[in-house]
Amino acid sequence: MTTVIWIAVALVLIGIYLSWTAGRLDRLHARIDAARAALDAQLLRRASIAQELASAGVFDPAASMVLYQAAHAARLAQEEQREVAESELSQALRVVFAESAQVEAVQEAPGGLDTTEELVAAVRRVPMARRFHNDAVRAARAVRRHRTVRWFRLAGHAPFPLAFEMDDEPPPALAGHVVRAEGRGH
Amino acid sequence: MRIGIVCPYSWDVPGGVQFHVRDLAEHLVRGGHHVSVLAPADEDTPLPPYVVSAGRAVSVPYNGSVARVNLGVMSASRVRRWVHDGDFEVLHIHEPVVPSLGLLTCWAARGPIVATFHTSNPRSRAMIAAYPILQPALEKISARIAVSEYARRTLVEHLGGDAVVIPNGVDVRFFADAEPKAEWQGGTIGFIGRTDEPRKGLPVLMRALPAILAARPDARLLVAGRGDAKEAVSGLPAQVRERVEFLGTISDEDKARLLRSVDLYVAPNTGGESFGIILVEAMSAGAPVLASDLDAFAQVLDGGTAGELFPNEDADALAAAAAGLLGNPRRLAELRARGSEHVRRFDWSTVGADILAVYETVAAGAGAVAPDDRVGLLGRLGFARD
Repeated sequence: MTTVIWIAVALVLIGIYLSWTAGRLDRLHARIDAARAALDAQLLRRASIAQELASAGVFDPAASMVLYQAAHAARLAQEEQREVAESELSQALRVVFAESAQVEAVQEAPGGLDTTEELVAAVRRVPMARRFHNDAVRAARAVRRHRTVRWFRLAGHAPFPLAFEMDDEPPPALAGHVVRAEGRGH
Repeated sequence: MRIGIVCPYSWDVPGGVQFHVRDLAEHLVRGGHHVSVLAPADEDTPLPPYVVSAGRAVSVPYNGSVARVNLGVMSASRVRRWVHDGDFEVLHIHEPVVPSLGLLTCWAARGPIVATFHTSNPRSRAMIAAYPILQPALEKISARIAVSEYARRTLVEHLGGDAVVIPNGVDVRFFADAEPKAEWQGGTIGFIGRTDEPRKGLPVLMRALPAILAARPDARLLVAGRGDAKEAVSGLPAQVRERVEFLGTISDEDKARLLRSVDLYVAPNTGGESFGIILVEAMSAGAPVLASDLDAFAQVLDGGTAGELFPNEDADALAAAAAGLLGNPRRLAELRARGSEHVRRFDWSTVGADILAVYETVAAGAGAVAPDDRVGLLGRLGFARD
């Protein structure tokens, strides 16, 4: 009789553990979804501002074309080409904003100050959002590699999470600009 | 935005993390945000209106020193009540791996959680042993902030994952606008820190002092900080001893005035620093900085361009560098200018905007903060699943 009780207790404990792990995994997947949504929003914001700038006529035609093309491609990219397209937009932004004279040109245009602030915020937030996303992905992958999770298929049908790898280095002229823009408050 | 901040250390004890939390909260309040800070505090401590007491911290030996922390059922239920009543859009936890309020909050709350890692503690045995319990709590953190590249590296090594680097903030104007004091001027070297704490490096500076005075006989050393003055100068000859002045513990205003007055600020720390806020404060006040080449210091000084570095614990190198700088007014002026320019990125206006950007990034697309019901026994048994 005692054996039966012990087996029952063990089964209940295993059940609690499995349910708890499934809950933990569920929470991690929710965290990835939220982080991915935030990353998408930041990427889209960056591409929109870049496209707006490219068609505003503040740059020379060559710079405008390069920036427009990259921003357009980033906005329309299919899921599997997204990382490449967004990296190309980062490169285009770095080329266009290679020197601080270009930043000043944007600021002098009508409404340019606001646009610059938005762009500075966007190029700063994309790397942030990407780090948070990849951190969530890493945490979920660590749990999903557990034997228990694999044997009992606790992850259900959720796809194996993938990190978002891209070149998100902001243009140096804009990165330095953050300090100056904020310093105006004094 | 409704923001809840958790400070793991006692509000009534001065410390780097407490000051950071206080300045951050005040910066956010000035920006029109609703801020509530949960911190351990004694009952009779006067608290600013934005601080909620989590009760008295208890002293326990932890990791080689005595830590004042909050733990247990009472603290956990206070945390849950605070999270429930606060109705926050984002929680910001400081030092989540210290066994105190931060960790409890991680455990008891769900929703967008931001965590700042201040110290780069070596991985403790307790952390390894508690890993299976620690990990599920730390997994809830949606965004990690490290205060320096060095702190980020140790964080990645110990816990995996990644973090964004946002430095500690300083109110640059407070230091830049301070009035210099005449009696602290003229060939003075400044040192601020506890004199009886070897890691702050005063012994290294004391060893270097005779050589500095041999090269610059008119130099003086001003030491501000807690500790026994007699003991600190015990190894020095009498004529060197009288060139050292102890100011004891000084107020924030006097600290700013001291940094404004000195010709050179020396930070001879030998280790245990993950950021180096004092260097930023010195640069804000326009003091040229000479610091040991700790990773964290080198990074704050922009690899040695915003201030000079000397090999850690090398008193001879320190003496040579200090004497050289004091005899070279042009180089000092250059360092002043370079430091004042460099320090702008540490001003609260910049740092606060970055932290707010992190809040907005994690709060977008996520629900509000709420107590985590799954922690309770019923929740574990599956009765309270959402």
